[in-house]
Amino acid sequence: MIGKADQIFVLLQHWIMGFFPPAWQAVVGILLGVVAILIVFPTLFALSVLLERKGLGRMQNRYGPNRVGPCGILQPVADAVKALIKEDIVPFKADALVHFIAPLVLVVAVFMGFAVLPVGRNMVLVDMDASLLFFFAMGASTELAVFMAGWSSHNKYSLLGAMRAVAQMISYEVPLLMTTVVVVMISGSLSLVKIVEAQNHFSGIFPHWYVFTPWGLAGFVLFLIASMAETNRSPFDLPEGESEIIAGYFTEYSGFKFALFFLGEYVGMLGIAGLGTTLFLGGWAAPFAFLNWVPSWFWFFAKIMLWICFFIWMRGTMPRLRQDQLMNFAWKFMLPMTLINLMVAALWRFVDEAWLRWAVCWIIVIGAYVAMGRMGMRRKRIAPRRYRYAE
Amino acid sequence: MLGEGILKGLAETAKNFAGSYVSKERLTTVQYPEERIPTSESARVFPFLVYDGPDWEAGLRCVACQICEKECPPKCIYIEKSKDKKPDYVGKLQIYPARFDIDVSVCMSCQICVEVCPFEAIKMDVEFELSTDDRFGGLLRNRQHLAKSNEYYHQIHPTEASEVDARLGEEKAKLEAKAKAAAAAAAAKAAAPAAPAAKPAESTPKPAEGTDKQ
Ligand code: SF4
Ligand code: SF4
Repeated sequence: MIGKADQIFVLLQHWIMGFFPPAWQAVVGILLGVVAILIVFPTLFALSVLLERKGLGRMQNRYGPNRVGPCGILQPVADAVKALIKEDIVPFKADALVHFIAPLVLVVAVFMGFAVLPVGRNMVLVDMDASLLFFFAMGASTELAVFMAGWSSHNKYSLLGAMRAVAQMISYEVPLLMTTVVVVMISGSLSLVKIVEAQNHFSGIFPHWYVFTPWGLAGFVLFLIASMAETNRSPFDLPEGESEIIAGYFTEYSGFKFALFFLGEYVGMLGIAGLGTTLFLGGWAAPFAFLNWVPSWFWFFAKIMLWICFFIWMRGTMPRLRQDQLMNFAWKFMLPMTLINLMVAALWRFVDEAWLRWAVCWIIVIGAYVAMGRMGMRRKRIAPRRYRYAE
Repeated sequence: MLGEGILKGLAETAKNFAGSYVSKERLTTVQYPEERIPTSESARVFPFLVYDGPDWEAGLRCVACQICEKECPPKCIYIEKSKDKKPDYVGKLQIYPARFDIDVSVCMSCQICVEVCPFEAIKMDVEFELSTDDRFGGLLRNRQHLAKSNEYYHQIHPTEASEVDARLGEEKAKLEAKAKAAAAAAAAKAAAPAAPAAKPAESTPKPAEGTDKQ
């Protein structure tokens, strides 16, 4: 049962396409999809910035912005106006061309990812067979943009920030990719549309999302952590650690270019949240069978906003990691866990006895987590030092 | 166990988040233009000139001695001495500042001008909303802007102002007593026979010197 409300945007697109000669219709359809993405996600960006500022304020027992518009809801507009009318300063020694291109590359790469995300039933711009791969390819180009920004600024803080960013993003890209591999293994497809379809079943009223399986839960948590690191969110915001390196790779950016970086960062967050939702939380599928009448796109956006809220919550809670902690965590905890999770997924795929595979998989996942946690938290004992001759 | 601390932290921030909507006491923010906290008595922002009596121009305690101008570390005080004189609070004729400007944008609120003034003529104000849209004229406060009554001084720094008043009153009383004594002596001398006319004229400046040194 596909309601009118569910397909409203698809119908709208077809209706507008109807005004054009048949030869143009395909192009117009794509353009409409692009325009929709370019409207919807920046709007969500504004919303998440507002949520972030308000939410962080409340977590620190402050009010947050409450001056512009009722309850401060127009604050993003004020911020945008401010960013637009600020002077754009390019350092004298900077490589002007690269300095100019870097924010554009970032924003373009980040927006490209949305082309393959299914935001609702039949609502995907390009239904690729290898869309997951495409998404990661695009995600990896943001690293290039970040390094371009840091290198071209000709500033030691920018360069340090860019180096940290690249080191961090590359290290966390490995677990990020590995966690998605389990989903590919189980669903047997790299196509995000198929992955959502595979999760859109219900037993009674409960859905078959991958997060409700042992390997799915482990994968989800790992993906969540890796995605936070991938988008340079706190507690992994070393690349822009204000207290150490001013603003990292965008130290030398001001005005609209800075706003583009900001946009890129948040839209990247929305993108990775969308991917995580698609892979583990059933994408646009409703959380309960009886809620199937609610439009599918609503579920998708609700889920990614929840995801963003969680990011904000984490940012309000955690202090920034140190570089060595960050790397240790990536290579000594995340990577082994993802490898174990691959094994668990394989077991899940090939053991047929339902209760057995549930039990075995849970035991392995929890056991591995506890063991790795113990190992990771073990410290060298530091006893008070005794001076044998000085006493 | 790994991750326990994170969960605890998340619970804490969630508590803050929810709590800040429920209890007002949690919110420490003062919504400034609408809400204000009263300034403390020891607050200091920018100097002002004290005057006694109803007329600010006549009552200015400042005698344009320019000590503060010399001592001000960033040199933001500009004084021009008057050509004529006016009586100060004990009635002695003194020069007064024809021009007394302080630059708000330069003053660093160090209070050194207050410390060095021998006439208790300059004190620190608690008024802090000194911003203006005229960044040249508006930030240079002239003596009319700076003049504030002694009552105002009592209002903002009650303890300090009473101390100052007590000290000034004491000195004034001392001077008056001295003047009286001198006058009595002069009268006695004048009463004495064959006193040269120059003598009493010489003895009168004495109390005046005293006023200078207070
Ligand atoms: S407070 Fe300090 S800086 Fe300001 S006028 Fe007095 S001496 Fe100068
Ligand atoms: S030190 Fe006092 S009396 Fe002298 S010029 Fe400054 S304010 Fe006036």
